[in-house]
Amino acid sequence: MSGDPSVSRPPGEATYPGTLAGTPGVSAVTGMRVGAPGYCPPVIVASGDCLKRNSWVCGKYFDEYSGEITTALREHVYLTVVSVVIGVLVAFPMALAARRWRPAGSVLLGSTTILYTIPSLAMFAILQPFTGLTETTVIIGLVLYSLTILVRNMLAGLRAVPPDVVEAAKGMGYGPGRLLFQVELPLALPAIMAGVRVATVSTVALTTVGAIVGSGGLGNLIYSGIDTLFKAQVLTASVLCVALAIVADLLLLGVQRLLTPWERAGGRKRRLPFVSAPTAEVDTRAGAAA
Amino acid sequence: MTVLGDAWDWLADGANWSGESGVWNRLSEHVVLTVVCVLISVAIALPIALWLGHLGRGGALAINISNIGRAVPTFAVLVLLGLSPIGMGDTATIIALVLFAIPPVLTNAYVGMRGVDRDVVEASRGMGMTGGQMLFRVELPLALPLIMTGIRTCAVQVVATATLAALVAGGGLGRIVTAGFDLQDNGQVVAGAFLVAALALVVEGLFALVQRFTARTPRGGVTS
Repeated sequence: MSGDPSVSRPPGEATYPGTLAGTPGVSAVTGMRVGAPGYCPPVIVASGDCLKRNSWVCGKYFDEYSGEITTALREHVYLTVVSVVIGVLVAFPMALAARRWRPAGSVLLGSTTILYTIPSLAMFAILQPFTGLTETTVIIGLVLYSLTILVRNMLAGLRAVPPDVVEAAKGMGYGPGRLLFQVELPLALPAIMAGVRVATVSTVALTTVGAIVGSGGLGNLIYSGIDTLFKAQVLTASVLCVALAIVADLLLLGVQRLLTPWERAGGRKRRLPFVSAPTAEVDTRAGAAA
Repeated sequence: MTVLGDAWDWLADGANWSGESGVWNRLSEHVVLTVVCVLISVAIALPIALWLGHLGRGGALAINISNIGRAVPTFAVLVLLGLSPIGMGDTATIIALVLFAIPPVLTNAYVGMRGVDRDVVEASRGMGMTGGQMLFRVELPLALPLIMTGIRTCAVQVVATATLAALVAGGGLGRIVTAGFDLQDNGQVVAGAFLVAALALVVEGLFALVQRFTARTPRGGVTS
């Protein structure tokens, strides 16, 4: 076919099927019968307006919706930070209790594991009648999820503190408080920070599901995309979400390095049996919630 | 606490259990979706993990794939696939679920394979076993506990993720929750959520039983 209509049309004159008045069943531009052999459906030529074309990647989206994106991003960061901070504050006494009384330990670990098994949609749905369509609902759910990872890693870290060191500190006259905060906690820090990192990254991803109760940060943009089919919005929000997780992980890694300078000291073999990096045990459990 | 009463009433009403949007139908959709996705992901991930673990290569990939999987929101991938030419439907759901089910199987199986006592592997080599014999008669049986942990995590995760499929026009028990949201019927929302949570816990429990059972089988006969 020599004169392909969709190619010969000058750029900038995007045609939308059905928007121009004309004979029904006949394309207004080409005059050919729709569905007739050889008919080419009008291809929407690049008109420079990626929003109208509903492109996946669209610079104009950033210009026109920057306020919306910033609000969602801010809410996402807020939900994540608040949830992880509360999670750490709740998990620490739980880990201490679990270390002190073994039966309590298995009950605590068992119950947090059960909580972790509950799908996030169900978790938010169960909490929703009590705390309403609020950020509180999402934060409670996210805190409950983070507990599994945090308590496990804190406990692993505290248990890995060498008994010799504890004995030495006691011999030097350290009381229980000083022993915990000046000896055991610093030694357990790498394992604890590994847990905080895993919990933070999971929380960033899980926050998106909060959209079903109206507070999902970037998840709100993804959720509304289901109805609006707004591709640029969904892709941007998804990419920002992953970027946020990576940035948070790197920031926490930096904090960990600052807090534990002895971990970096040269390439010497470490003398203390630290539980380093996300351990295999933690990895196997993390990721169940979605 | 009236919500819990409403949820109980909803569950007690036989009419909610039958029909296309009834509990039984949604449950069977959920179970079928889970089984299909777990089988596909195990079929993809296990051979790769066993091979990489046997060769001792690709450790960074096998470990990091779990970290990557954790950072990517499942919900986002479901919607992205739905908006792509694949369209919202079963295909998009299965692809998304399989993508997220692969990492736990791959990572655990790899860690399990690498965790096999090197002395045992060396001994089997010394006995003149071929690579295949070492893989299937020494390494695989010894790595089985962690492989099962991976499949268990994968199954529980698929049950959880399949719930999200309801948001993207999929089937399954999540539909009861989302329908409850649409009807502003909190009783139904909570009832649906309990069903989903119960299914996840049942799957977890079943796998725990299977693991306990397999752990008891004597291993002596395998290497002798």
